[in-house]
Amino acid sequence: MTSEVTSSRTWKRPPVLLKDPRWRWTILLGSSVYLILAISSVEVDWFRVYEGLERGWRFIQGFLTPDFSSRWRDIQAGLIESLTMTLTSTVAGVLVSVPIGIGAARNLAPAPVYMLCRGIITVSRSFQEIIIAILLVAMFGFGPFAGFLTLTFASIGFLSKLLAEDIEDCDSAQIEAIRATGAGWWQVVNYAVQPQVMPRLIGLSLYRLDINFRESSVIGIVGAGGVGATLNTAIDRYEYDSAGAVLIIIIAIVLVVEYSSSYIRRWVQ
Amino acid sequence: MTTRADTPIWQFRTSKQHMLRWVGWFWLVALSVFCWTLMTEDTIWAFVADAPRQASDIGGRMLPPRWGYLNQLWQPLWDTLNIATLGTLIGVIIAIPVAFLAAGNTTPSRRFVRPVALLVIVTSRSINSLIWALLLVAIIGPGLLAGIVAIGLRSIGFVAKLLYEAIEEIDESQVEAVRSTGASEAQVIDYAIIPQILPAFWGISVFRWDINIRESTILGLVGAGGLGLQLQSSLSTLAWNQVTVIFLVILATVVVSEWVSAKVRRAVL
Repeated sequence: MTSEVTSSRTWKRPPVLLKDPRWRWTILLGSSVYLILAISSVEVDWFRVYEGLERGWRFIQGFLTPDFSSRWRDIQAGLIESLTMTLTSTVAGVLVSVPIGIGAARNLAPAPVYMLCRGIITVSRSFQEIIIAILLVAMFGFGPFAGFLTLTFASIGFLSKLLAEDIEDCDSAQIEAIRATGAGWWQVVNYAVQPQVMPRLIGLSLYRLDINFRESSVIGIVGAGGVGATLNTAIDRYEYDSAGAVLIIIIAIVLVVEYSSSYIRRWVQ
Repeated sequence: MTTRADTPIWQFRTSKQHMLRWVGWFWLVALSVFCWTLMTEDTIWAFVADAPRQASDIGGRMLPPRWGYLNQLWQPLWDTLNIATLGTLIGVIIAIPVAFLAAGNTTPSRRFVRPVALLVIVTSRSINSLIWALLLVAIIGPGLLAGIVAIGLRSIGFVAKLLYEAIEEIDESQVEAVRSTGASEAQVIDYAIIPQILPAFWGISVFRWDINIRESTILGLVGAGGLGLQLQSSLSTLAWNQVTVIFLVILATVVVSEWVSAKVRRAVL
């Protein structure tokens, strides 16, 4: 084949990722078999879908003509819960994750502390918010307090991991220099490490604030307070115009939080 | 150590910086305290105080896991994998044109098409997949299809955002080179842009697939099929020993998918 190609001087596009054709065919065959199996195992009640299309259309209409007024009290209560939960849990998350983050940095902490803090981070990161929320609602009862604990717990894993990585990436010359003046461990952390990681810590906290708001609008579905509960109720009552209003508010707040947090992050860094 | 009164003593910050910092911290603390009181207004502290007892009670019910229940979980697990994979597929297929329309260097019209594409991305990104599932279950009925479409809709924004950023970062000289051979617009995309973004594309898709596996395990909570459906029924019958088994299955799935995604991304990027 190669001789023909070179003699006719046509260029053939080289394969990009998988150089070996056998691998290409195996993967192609495997994925088609999987696709056929997967699609055939999905049972779809097309009649129900057809019936639902009309409802979907009503929802789109509700989204385009949102009704903010008739359920405004519920929406307002949900929003206040979501926003307060977001802020308090981010603050609490940062407060707890700073010591854990320092403990999980290999260049600052002794081995046992390091292992303990890494363990906490792994546990916090491996479960997603909803599952934690289910457990905490069962323990602490319905309402935003369980949501606050959930978001704090999730923030700890996220922030400590990134903070620890940042501390490990610190310029060791500055740490050395401060240590050479005879500074103790606290002084090293305060004068050598803190100025280096502070901009990044502020950036991460703002990013987490953004994530926490998004999550706070969801965990209400399992009873942990916030605007998710309002949304769930609106959809259950088939009040699509109120649901549309809630969604529009969520999108707007997410946009505002995202843009302002990225603006502040650019300003800080 | 005596210092003469008129020699300036080195200070960490100037006094103006000091003041600004104090004012900033003061407002942050005040705002957090305000949010905290607002949030915990309706909290019933008796339930919170009761939490350790509840926790030990639930822990006691969870602890000998009912391993026999595992046999009923294989079908939901397969459904969960299908939701994630087919959803990712749908999301990626829709995200590719959206990304090309949103990227500043490939969009046909900066003024009209690009904002629309960006709006699609923002809408899809700011609504959590659980909320999408909630809507779709109400519209097209409970089942796998609602889950697949929810995951797909959520993935569009994520994949399209990262992909259009990758498109904007390509090496323009290659585009120029292909264009100077007299290639049409479609050929430029095919021969100059796609080879450059392909590794990023596979990386993003696998990353999103990994996130989708995580999210699809809980979509069943709102009726969209998969493991979450079993979780919901076990929770509502208070069968905590089954909940433990489901949590462990979810954890194992998440760990495996994370491992696969890390492997593939390392191979591709």
